Amino acid sequence: MLMKGSDIIVECLLEQGVDTVFGYPGGAVLDIYDSLYKYSDKLSHVLTAHEQGASHAADGYARATGKTGVVIATSGPGATNLVTGIATAYMDSIPMVAITGNVSCSLLGLDSFQEVDITGITLPITKHNFIVKDTAKLADTIRLAFRIAESGRKGPVLIDIPKDITQKSAEYERKEKAPAFKTPAADEKDVMEAVEMLANAKRPYIYTGGGIISADACSELAEFAELLDAPVSSSLMGQGCFDQTNPRYIGMLGMHGTKAAAETIKNCDLFIALGTRFSDRVTGNTKTFASDAKILQIDIDSAEMGKNVEAHKVVVGDVKEVLGRINKLLPKQNHAEWTANSERMAKELTVTMKGTEALPVTPDYLIETLDRLTEGNAVIATEVGQNQMWAAQYYKYRNPRSFISSGGLGTMGYGLGAAMGAKVGCPDKVVVNIAGDGSFHMNLNELVTASKSNIRIIELVINNDVLGMVRQWQRLFYSEHYSQTTLERPTDYVKLGEAFGIKALVIEKKEDVERVLKEALEESKTRPVLIECRIDKDINVLPMVPAGKSITEPIMEIEI
Amino acid sequence: MKQFVLSIQVANNIGVLTRVTSLVSRRGYNIKSLNVGETEENSFSRITMVVEGDERTAHQIVNQLNKLYDVSFVRILEDAVCREHILMRVGTTPEDRQGIIEITNLFKAKAVDIGEASMMLELTGSPVKIDKFISLLKPFGIIKIVRTGISALERD
Repeated sequence: MLMKGSDIIVECLLEQGVDTVFGYPGGAVLDIYDSLYKYSDKLSHVLTAHEQGASHAADGYARATGKTGVVIATSGPGATNLVTGIATAYMDSIPMVAITGNVSCSLLGLDSFQEVDITGITLPITKHNFIVKDTAKLADTIRLAFRIAESGRKGPVLIDIPKDITQKSAEYERKEKAPAFKTPAADEKDVMEAVEMLANAKRPYIYTGGGIISADACSELAEFAELLDAPVSSSLMGQGCFDQTNPRYIGMLGMHGTKAAAETIKNCDLFIALGTRFSDRVTGNTKTFASDAKILQIDIDSAEMGKNVEAHKVVVGDVKEVLGRINKLLPKQNHAEWTANSERMAKELTVTMKGTEALPVTPDYLIETLDRLTEGNAVIATEVGQNQMWAAQYYKYRNPRSFISSGGLGTMGYGLGAAMGAKVGCPDKVVVNIAGDGSFHMNLNELVTASKSNIRIIELVINNDVLGMVRQWQRLFYSEHYSQTTLERPTDYVKLGEAFGIKALVIEKKEDVERVLKEALEESKTRPVLIECRIDKDINVLPMVPAGKSITEPIMEIEI
Repeated sequence: MKQFVLSIQVANNIGVLTRVTSLVSRRGYNIKSLNVGETEENSFSRITMVVEGDERTAHQIVNQLNKLYDVSFVRILEDAVCREHILMRVGTTPEDRQGIIEITNLFKAKAVDIGEASMMLELTGSPVKIDKFISLLKPFGIIKIVRTGISALERD
């Protein structure tokens, strides 16, 4: 039937099973918003304070639910405000569809009001993007955008739609959602060779990345780890793909990974990388990375093979499919002594944190308490910096999609929007954004979104009055020149929360921690809540491997 | 550094050339030459791209390009016929003219325009032959050169 372009857009979103979109209206999307008004009983819209917040919310929604996140913004500044959010999703392979309005076709290319070449701008940060110049092609373009976002290695896709395209009508016929493009099955010979390597390994090491989560391969991984009888480590993006209360889990690997994860690398003879891309934050110096071991890499993206680290054997394929096949072929292995040794190191080689008399609370105690009170079942979003590393180190993730963090791009200001998106997608879960005061100030405007739309998150700001991670580097490598990292802002968090209509609680002493967290968990059943937890500015993230240094030699203590 | 000739078949969509070239430069690889045209099917174009680098670089480019939605396939050409076309204007004096025509004939090139003070020459051939042609004509004074970049097709 003949239908207006803007209605076609909404119909196509419904075809794709979209229940919520995040966005912000404006001139070029007036017609789209008119259709959203018309369809408001079928598709809900979360209005953020800023388009960037909407883009992070769509991303957080996608990470928490596994469904594609959708964000809508107007042309020009609306579109450019999405850029950081799209780049964040791109770096972490998160499925997202961004819809931007643009000026009408006749005004394109004329530097018209609020015109920007957003397909040009987002070319390097999208899997693909479109500008639709014919209403008759609108529906199929939207369907294709979702398909591309959700296929293979996932990622964001942008559709730029000029205003007249949303106003004109075209024939529309509802279609069923098409399945993702099929990933070719891994090569039989490659799988057999991988199985042989695994069967011959004496000291295997399983290293897992975000690919396990996006491929939904967590149960295959759990079975694989038992079969192979090996210790398991994870990248930042892989947090939650393996139950961290399982003694096999020896902690995160990388710049702020555990000593046990690093020590185990030294001695392993087979390093098995599953759904991961060997980020420089993980490998440190690639020349010395797992140099005594053979490396087996299984990943969906052939471009990751040999990009950062040269593996001895690669299997290109969907990690769920490949692990499923390996699990059928691999006989049960026994590496009891090797595994026990890693488990022992994981228990023993830990770091200690010290607060001060004035500010005695330490992040490990705070986050471990949160872990205990939520029984590891909360969804934890993070900002970027020390807060992010502590959240990764001290919460014990049991489930996939429970750690929501900007790994690749390292976007400060990501967490609050992402937490809201996660909460909208998973309303029955406790969602906590662990923030630092630096990141918090970047996008704190979104507190008003949480308040207005009653998105019941807990915003936990660990306030040390400094940009802690940068300060840590300045301490170690820049002669303690704390250039522009001592914030000491006069923000009154309680008043700020009140101003936005949100209750704010303060943690200053150790005995406050449990009480306040309990109160916040209770409060968050009905309203979003803000917590300020004050800590000393010289608590560092440890262990730490300086950039480009060998991963096996982390710094375990920094003298203050 | 080795040179690689990539043959890239792409969907004939708006902006596809930008997608391909910007990806290559973004990943830090240098494009030596580039040639684009429609294929036997007008919904597809073929890009012939010469890049410099080691084996690893070349494979990275191929893998990265393969991920682009508009790219249908990428091949590193090894056994292929490579041709390039050149148009060149050479300054002439009446004394020089004979010498230029001799070189032109020797290379089976063609004089396509002759004026009072210059000649335009055209040549199709392998890049090596073209380089040689240019170097022999240099002493006469080259005013302008247009090279198409390599187009290449695998041998059967």
